[in-house]
Amino acid sequence: MKAELRTVKTAAELSLAESYAAAKPKLPGDGKVVALREAAFKRFDAQGLPHRRVEAWKYTDLRAMMREAKPLAGLPDAAAKARAKTAGSLLADMDARRLMFVDGVFVPELSDLAKLETGLEIRPLAQSLASGDPLLATHLGRVVPSDGDPAVTLNTALMSDGAVIRVAAGATVERPIHLVFVATAEKPVSIFTRSLAVVEKGARVMLVESHEGAAGVEHQINTALELVIGEGAHADHVKIIGGDSSMVHVSTLMAAIGARARYNDFSYTTGGSVVRNQLFLRFDGEGTLANIRGATLLKGSQHADVTMVADHAAGGCQCREVFKTVLDDKSRGVFQGKIIVRQGSQKTDAKMMTNSLLLSDEAEANQKPELEIFADDVQCGHGATSGALDENLKFYLMARGIPEKEAETLLVQAFVGDAIEGVEHAGLRDALMDDVVAWLKARGT
Amino acid sequence: MPAVQETIERVRRIDVDQYKYGFVTDIESDKAPKGLSEDTVRFISAKKSEPEWMLNWRLEAYRRWLTMREPTWARVNYPKIDYQDYYYYSAPKKKALASLDEVDPEILKTYEKLGIPLREQEMLAGVVRPEGEPERRIAVDAVFDSVSVATTFKEELGKAGVLFMPISEALREHPDLVKKYLGTVVPVSDNFFATLNSAVFSDGSFVYVPPGVRCPMELSTYFRINEANTGQFERTLIIADKGSYVSYLEGCTAPMRDENQLHAAVVELVALDDAEIKYSTVQNWYPGDADGKGGIYNFVTKRGDCRGERSKISWTQVETGSAITWKYPSCILRGDNSTGEFYSIAISNGRQQVDSGTKMLHLGKNTKSRIISKGIAAGRSDNTYRGLVTAHRKAIGARNFTNCDSLLIGDHCGAHTVPYIEAKNSSAVFEHEATTSKISEDMLFYCRQRGLSAEEAVALVVNGFVKDVLQQLPMEFAVEAQKLISISLEGSVG
Repeated sequence: MKAELRTVKTAAELSLAESYAAAKPKLPGDGKVVALREAAFKRFDAQGLPHRRVEAWKYTDLRAMMREAKPLAGLPDAAAKARAKTAGSLLADMDARRLMFVDGVFVPELSDLAKLETGLEIRPLAQSLASGDPLLATHLGRVVPSDGDPAVTLNTALMSDGAVIRVAAGATVERPIHLVFVATAEKPVSIFTRSLAVVEKGARVMLVESHEGAAGVEHQINTALELVIGEGAHADHVKIIGGDSSMVHVSTLMAAIGARARYNDFSYTTGGSVVRNQLFLRFDGEGTLANIRGATLLKGSQHADVTMVADHAAGGCQCREVFKTVLDDKSRGVFQGKIIVRQGSQKTDAKMMTNSLLLSDEAEANQKPELEIFADDVQCGHGATSGALDENLKFYLMARGIPEKEAETLLVQAFVGDAIEGVEHAGLRDALMDDVVAWLKARGT
Repeated sequence: MPAVQETIERVRRIDVDQYKYGFVTDIESDKAPKGLSEDTVRFISAKKSEPEWMLNWRLEAYRRWLTMREPTWARVNYPKIDYQDYYYYSAPKKKALASLDEVDPEILKTYEKLGIPLREQEMLAGVVRPEGEPERRIAVDAVFDSVSVATTFKEELGKAGVLFMPISEALREHPDLVKKYLGTVVPVSDNFFATLNSAVFSDGSFVYVPPGVRCPMELSTYFRINEANTGQFERTLIIADKGSYVSYLEGCTAPMRDENQLHAAVVELVALDDAEIKYSTVQNWYPGDADGKGGIYNFVTKRGDCRGERSKISWTQVETGSAITWKYPSCILRGDNSTGEFYSIAISNGRQQVDSGTKMLHLGKNTKSRIISKGIAAGRSDNTYRGLVTAHRKAIGARNFTNCDSLLIGDHCGAHTVPYIEAKNSSAVFEHEATTSKISEDMLFYCRQRGLSAEEAVALVVNGFVKDVLQQLPMEFAVEAQKLISISLEGSVG
């Protein structure tokens, strides 16, 4: 949809422009990066924050939800770093290489960069931008060009730090890499992080991102990950947006997936007051198997939006998408999924399923599962359901002596479990399931 | 296919020989000056000898329209329409008089050619009546360009209390009824095309079924655009009063012309307590030639309002024609326990673009809706299903089932599904499923092996695919629709 001609800028848009102008000289990067930022900001400035008349943001009117833009985060002090130590506790039991980003800045002393596996390279983005890393020159902003997306353009303009990861061809990274993003500032700030991961031919790696913020502080987070998955590579990506935070969180994943690859993606959202989780996936080669799943549990007046575009630029790929949303109180859940099969992408096999479970009469579920097909020899389908817990199932359990609350918990667990089952890492799977149980327990009280 | 062979002599060009209604009736007509202005609106209103309030209603719509922008969200591409390049009113000279015998023989011939009987003793062509079954009759309102030329069986319908007449006549004879309901389902400012229609609509059908009456026969309107560079803007208003039932059929065709013609209709249905309206359409406007030249731009707003409790509105459509289709027959489920249904087959071939679907707005308690949509894309066409199902806070127990399937024939066409599903209360249960696939080679092989030609095999499989929808059509249309399906797909194999 064409952006409308707008003359009046909102307070948030004006202060974003001010922040950008003030931060410009200090943001990392040489001439090329400066030009990239400048062009991106110009595009953002022309469109402004997305609103409900922009079709892709129909259900998440960021212009209305973000009345003001918070100041850019400063460097974390010792106290902030101390507060950050407890971050990522959901995954404390998982043996992972942790990379800690406090208020958008990489903190080496809290991170584990020791004994990198053969073929694994990790650098902070700020450093890579400053030193003109060739990996960035090749891939940054080019993996799945999302020029039209206002969240991505804003991120490109203001990105400060993040991780740059390269897994060399054929290398297997045994320990999952856990990127811990935590906002600790006591006053609300805006944080823009950007990461790039290149998984070369035949390599294997698991990436986990977790995002959290201090409870009650309305941080504004805009984070993006560009992911390149080479031919025959095997990559897992998990994103957790959790905690008790009241952040406005906009996340974007842009993944280009090569031929005969295996790709598993899982998004888990329980935190944030307004969350927009975008996944832009492109299948570039034949014979890839992909599993894209997600679970969202919302309460209070939380709003979470999962927007996914799976673009089959090559044929012969098999892709399964399963997204589950549990909505309590006055929360609002949004799922927008789109499968594109381009002309010539024959033998594509894509199935998308989205289910919403409404636990309260005031909750709201909006779903928009789209298909856009230009090839005839394909199997594509989507399903969408929304409704309350099945009274018959509940009755069955209660007739067997299970108290009502417990019966509900069991049923919701089973509902969400469908998606969580797809996580390959057993420890992570258990941790997520435990978190769901804890969420349901907290609900009862 | 035999049906096509028969019609070869009727068509001018070989490459579009599948469109058999493309002839032009040579008839003198009375037109409004080309272009659109307040004067055009006044001209139309004066032609119809409308009351003052109606003229003001139109003028208000026209002024509103000037401030509106043409919508661009649909998945269709067409060059910018010059709204000043159309005739907004065109009527055959020698108006229809007291009896059918006085209708211009050219027009009668036209309808004869189209297989639509305007003489009351005749039946729709192509229907074979089973032995022993009483003769089925259909009342027809024939709309030719901007005016209704004939309405049959008016007397007999009158005995049952059913009003069936051109809307222009209803405006004169039953102004209170029209005033009460016109624009209450599709408001004047509803959307760009509906507002344009409100300003310049020239004719259409008006139906009122009194309380408790089951309409004794099927009602039908047959729309024909004949004149070049004309837009047809018809307006249909159907009111089913408490406990009544009516089944209404609509058919449309147009001659083959190189330039695009505009058709922007509005259909409003109102069902009061316990009433049921069944509205069926076989849309077969000229789709343009193989290169996408010519054809009708079909921008239609159709909406039914289940205003009363336990009311029911059912839309059935077979869409095979038009260069561009932009059409979303909808149901507002306002009354408690009301039901909305939408059955659709949309077939696109050549360079046709279809963006069609439905809206089911659940407002009342225990409202139910059902959507079955089958899209078939062939050639270089694009076929989009776009639908909205929504349950409001107070729509306790709302229930929807949606099934939209697409079938692709050939690898240059596109099939798209854009459903919006919005649940605002937990007791609403919505299910949606959609698939896209190609005709199974196994099925085709099975048919071929048993001696069917490739085209016959495709037609058979496709007929099976759309059976769910065809079953919903009144018998007269089902026959025609089945023929249409085989015709539209001709040339798609190979």
